Amino acid sequence: MKVLVYVAIFLMVIAQGFWAYTENYETQKSLAATKRLQIDIANARAQLGVLNAEWAYLNRPDRLRDLVDMNFDRLQLLPLRPEQFGQVAEVPRNGLLADDFIERVTVSVLEVEE
Amino acid sequence: MIRKPLRPLALVLEARAAGKNPGDIERENIRDRHEQARDASRSRAESRLLVLILAFISLFALVAVRMGVLSVSEPMEPQSSYSGPSIVAQRGNIVDRQGRILATNLDTHSLYATPQDMVEPELAAQALSQIFPDLDQQDLLRWFTGTRKFLWVKKKLSPEQKQAVHDLGEPGLKFGPRELRLYPNGSLASHVLGGASFGREDVAAAEVVGVAGVEKAFDDFLRDPTYAGHELQLTVDLSIQSAVEQVLRGGMMLMNAKGAAGILMDANTGEIISLVSLPDFDPNDRPAPPTKGNPADSPLFNRAIQGVYELGSTFKIFAAAQALEMGLVTPDTMIDIRGPLKWGKFRITDFHNYGNELSVHDIIMKSSNIGSARLALQIGADKQQEFLKSLGFFEPTSVEMVEASGGRPKYPKDWKDISTITISYGHGLSATPMHLAAAYASLLNGGYKVTPTLLKRDFYERGPRVVSPETSRHARVMLRSVVKEGTATFGNVPGYAVAGKTGTADKPIETGGGYYEDRVISTFASAFPAYDPKYVLVVTMDEPELSTGIEPKRTAGWTAVPVAAEIITRVAPLLGLRPEIEPSAQLGVTQSSN
Repeated sequence: MKVLVYVAIFLMVIAQGFWAYTENYETQKSLAATKRLQIDIANARAQLGVLNAEWAYLNRPDRLRDLVDMNFDRLQLLPLRPEQFGQVAEVPRNGLLADDFIERVTVSVLEVEE
Repeated sequence: MIRKPLRPLALVLEARAAGKNPGDIERENIRDRHEQARDASRSRAESRLLVLILAFISLFALVAVRMGVLSVSEPMEPQSSYSGPSIVAQRGNIVDRQGRILATNLDTHSLYATPQDMVEPELAAQALSQIFPDLDQQDLLRWFTGTRKFLWVKKKLSPEQKQAVHDLGEPGLKFGPRELRLYPNGSLASHVLGGASFGREDVAAAEVVGVAGVEKAFDDFLRDPTYAGHELQLTVDLSIQSAVEQVLRGGMMLMNAKGAAGILMDANTGEIISLVSLPDFDPNDRPAPPTKGNPADSPLFNRAIQGVYELGSTFKIFAAAQALEMGLVTPDTMIDIRGPLKWGKFRITDFHNYGNELSVHDIIMKSSNIGSARLALQIGADKQQEFLKSLGFFEPTSVEMVEASGGRPKYPKDWKDISTITISYGHGLSATPMHLAAAYASLLNGGYKVTPTLLKRDFYERGPRVVSPETSRHARVMLRSVVKEGTATFGNVPGYAVAGKTGTADKPIETGGGYYEDRVISTFASAFPAYDPKYVLVVTMDEPELSTGIEPKRTAGWTAVPVAAEIITRVAPLLGLRPEIEPSAQLGVTQSSN
């Protein structure tokens, strides 16, 4: 009986040794992976920073203004003026202006009533 | 173990035979047994002690070794835990109110030389002078062949320049990583941003420090690693800033002005939507501060915040508003404006002769110096000072820029009656356009004090009341009539009900002693829409001169006002303001009387 217990304990110690050994290596592997990921994240962030900076640089108002001037023939873009605000009635719906639309709806309602 | 008997029969018999006491044998044996037991227990105790000693020694040794290891080990970042956005420890970005980048960082390199490692200094000097046209070949050669062991060649390199230098293959030329502060919008909002430069420098790294503007005012926040990844959001709007700057620049050229400043501010919260000072500079390549000449002529000088000017007739509304607030007059009270008004050795005159008397409303509309002087005399010096103080005209503005403290208003130490008179129409007290913008906002928004700010927040605390809503409304009506039929008719923008006041002040001679006759600061302070002011716009032009007519025109009505009107036309739609038909003044009166 005693011998059995001793053997069992011995086997358990061996098993735990194996477990600890593999866990150790797993941990080291994950740490290395984390480190790699963090370097990747740092690089990605740096790239993102550069891209954001580039985006801001390409969209700087001076440049956009110059581009608008250069392409005026095609785009005919002008600064926003107060006159450009419109009324909802001026928005065409189904190719119709709101006033026409209302008229047509009224007409059709009248037709139904008849 | 074989136990020794206490009374061995053989010995007892022997002792009996010899006539001795057998009990002695027993005692002897007991004694022996005791001694043995004592020896055994002593050795056990000793061995226990030994174990204990060993245990303690090893524990202390463990602690000591651990301490030693800790003290000699290199500090290391914990890698297993999430470390967030601080992975890239950089100076924080600055963004506008819509999150568009105003200042960011870019990785770059610096170039330094270690002449002792150089293979061909002559060739290197020649090649470097070709790559960097601003470097002199002879200087470089002298440095490379001299006794110096180390020298900086360039603080910042572009990637192309770095590659070109790299291609030289010169082992004595080395690169150090650098973080470059980049302002992608160039000179736009340059005065707000200020600029940054390198602080302490090393081969491997350099700290970036703010040198002016918000970069310096928020330097601690931007550099603090605990705020890494956080952005500094300003109230400035990039596209509006750009529009204001473009119009102001055009106006400045058209009016032949030396400089100009424009401030667009939210009338209720004090958020500065746009702050322009011209001429400006590129913060990416910030010019060195001027060593000679007038610092106010340098492009670095922020006219809107640092420029302390007499702001002229724009101050008249303060006298009128205060007189209304104190109940001394109503907008219709007639004031004697017969001139010239003599006070001691001073004579106060009007630009034109406006007759014998004008109502308070018309004094503002026609901009009568004598009229506002009479109002100020009714108010009195102490009350006038108190009111101007409550509007913030005695302290530098609290705008979050290092330059703000430089804009300390100038006012007479000895406030005589003549000061009261001249200050009522904007002479004798100098303040910055920012002061004026904040005061107009406070006066016109319904009477709550406004503190100008550049820092975007979710909630802005409303300031204390400076005038009653009624006075504020009267002031708006008066200023509206200035634009409708007074001195600022060019400022009328259909649909936006601009209200404002012009101011044309002669420039004081820098060396002292009087004023220039042909140099003015012309100012237009305005708010729109007049019936419910949302924004305040102040435009100031330095020495404008419109030479289209027979004689040159310098008054604000001809110079600052049209520029301001164009700014409002451009900017109001961008601010999302739809042109509206102005509610009639009559309607306003009926509403308020209910």
